[in-house]
Amino acid sequence: MSVDKSRQEYWRRNLRLVSICLAIWFLVSYVFGILLVDTLNSISIGGYGLGFWFAQQGSIYVFVVLIFFYAWRMNKLDREFDVHED
Amino acid sequence: MELQTLTYIVVGATFALYIGIAIWSKASSTGEFYVAGTGVHPVANGMATAADWMSAASFISMAGLIAFLGYDASVYLMGWTGGYVLLALLLAPYLRKFGKFTVPEFVGDRFYSKGARLVAVICLIVASVTYVIGQMKGVGVAFGRFLEVDFEVGVLVGMAIVFVYAVLGGMKGITYTQIAQYCVLIFAYTVPAIFISLNLTGNFLPQLGLGSEMADGSGVYLLDRLDQVVTDLGFAAYTAQKWPTINVFLLTLSLMIGTAGLPHVIVRFFTVPKVSDARKSAGWALVFIAILYTTAPAVGAMARLNLMHTIQTGPVGEATGNIQMSEVPEWMTNWKTTGLLDWEDKNGDGRLQYYNDGNAEFAARAEAWGWKGNEMTKVDRDIMVLANPEIANLPNWVIALVAAGGLAAALSTAAGLLLAISSAISHDLIKGMIAPDISEKKELMASRIAMAAAILVAGYLGMNPPGFAAQVVALAFGLAASSIFPALMMGIFNKRMNREGAIVGMLVGLTTTLVYIFWFKGWFFIPGTEMAPNNVDNWFMGISPEAFGAVGALLNFVSAWIVSKVTAAPPEHIQHLVEEIRVPKAAAPAVDH
Repeated sequence: MSVDKSRQEYWRRNLRLVSICLAIWFLVSYVFGILLVDTLNSISIGGYGLGFWFAQQGSIYVFVVLIFFYAWRMNKLDREFDVHED
Repeated sequence: MELQTLTYIVVGATFALYIGIAIWSKASSTGEFYVAGTGVHPVANGMATAADWMSAASFISMAGLIAFLGYDASVYLMGWTGGYVLLALLLAPYLRKFGKFTVPEFVGDRFYSKGARLVAVICLIVASVTYVIGQMKGVGVAFGRFLEVDFEVGVLVGMAIVFVYAVLGGMKGITYTQIAQYCVLIFAYTVPAIFISLNLTGNFLPQLGLGSEMADGSGVYLLDRLDQVVTDLGFAAYTAQKWPTINVFLLTLSLMIGTAGLPHVIVRFFTVPKVSDARKSAGWALVFIAILYTTAPAVGAMARLNLMHTIQTGPVGEATGNIQMSEVPEWMTNWKTTGLLDWEDKNGDGRLQYYNDGNAEFAARAEAWGWKGNEMTKVDRDIMVLANPEIANLPNWVIALVAAGGLAAALSTAAGLLLAISSAISHDLIKGMIAPDISEKKELMASRIAMAAAILVAGYLGMNPPGFAAQVVALAFGLAASSIFPALMMGIFNKRMNREGAIVGMLVGLTTTLVYIFWFKGWFFIPGTEMAPNNVDNWFMGISPEAFGAVGALLNFVSAWIVSKVTAAPPEHIQHLVEEIRVPKAAAPAVDH
């Protein structure tokens, strides 16, 4: 595989990973925390309605996990395509 | 020991620490001045970014907002954290790979245009200056209240402190100082929260306490109790949504995009050694931010519950259900003297009634009990965090610590903003446009002078805030969301994006957002020049001015894309540059410049 082809493939894989992460980002905050908040509030975890929990707690935890997940996957991808730093 | 003496000791000790760090980490090159020589560990950089990001508003105001808005305040919680996901995935690694010093520099190089760079400089300066005014004001207020000096004296002391460590140390000094400031502010925020959570629910983690049962043996969940208490007094339920869904949605989006577009935050990711560190660094920043942001909802809800219980001591509607005027706790009388809390016995029964007299149905019932209107005539949201330790009867050293924490939050954000302003002036305007041949030594001198000038301007404006001081947050985030973020993102993800598209996009995003904000808040915030009253009936599709940044960003993307389609593709070397920043390998260190 030529360098150009391999870089295109690297970029394509990166974009796919970014799309997956942003879909989750959108789901926990905008869908669970805002659009479906009333529906989800009928489920409770402890004293929290689930929708309210996502809006004020859960989405923030998911954001943190997402960033580290992306960093971990990208470091692996960098090595796979030999574009990592020394 | 007396509270004031204690406060002097705690605040004085933290200031000595900041200045000590500044002397130890004096910057000697432009690289160290602008980006701390790119040698900052990702965890340390994350901590500094968190301190940079969390301003006086996050520390003092946010929990108060949550206390009174309930669910609707989720827009701030999600908006000001979700932006870091965008930063980590869409901007930080690529801007680090690009390896320059400032945000306008990237815009100027990527779009091979001094015009684009100039537009970026203007957006940066307007957004940062408006933002820094609020910080200087916060410093003045915190000093004024806790050290009992004049507001102006407070601002002057704050200016002097920032001057020492920011002008001397540049980014290097600021970064290490911010790490210390983060520790001070997070300790000051969480200690009272833990005490209060333990007190109300028996659970020491506020994040869990908020979802726990009350410790009074009733078996009722805290949030259910809170909903009950506020609805019994005619207020909307705490956990219910009050704003239109479209506005909640777009405001959250605007705050997220705006966060990712604020230059003083972006520049932090230029200071890590490697591209992989830039990705991780955003995660660490969010970890440290999340500690405060997941505590804040508990602080807000518990403060609201404590406040309601303090005034409504018994069943609603019974003559003895309300606190007697002569028995109000000391913290209430303390805060009354500041004018931020006030009450008046309207029906002359010697007791206080706090209820929603704007709710017609409830007001009618209240009248039957002999209530003649809400008697808590002023409850300023900003006192919630500051009064919290007093409400919970915590020892004086905790109160002194909160004062030091508020100051740390304001000073660390001010320093980061001032650095962004001074580097835009010395690096982008002077070196980039006016005098390209300037030596490194002279550039360093210019940036120190620019920093000193920026501190003077910020201090002056902090003491004489223009009428629009309260409105600036909408402006800063609107500008960052509608102009800077789309330009950076297209520069990385759209190889075909050219100079013409980027400039048109930035101008379209900027203009529509500014016009929309000014339309409802007055041209340049001059009172009386509003084109329509600022309420939901007049808003376009129910979108508030604060939430319009997301629409401006969309218009920016669309117009830039159309213009780039009908104009010439960017030159070969620019397309090559874009390909280069997309891979981490052979990242040139930012100092090789």
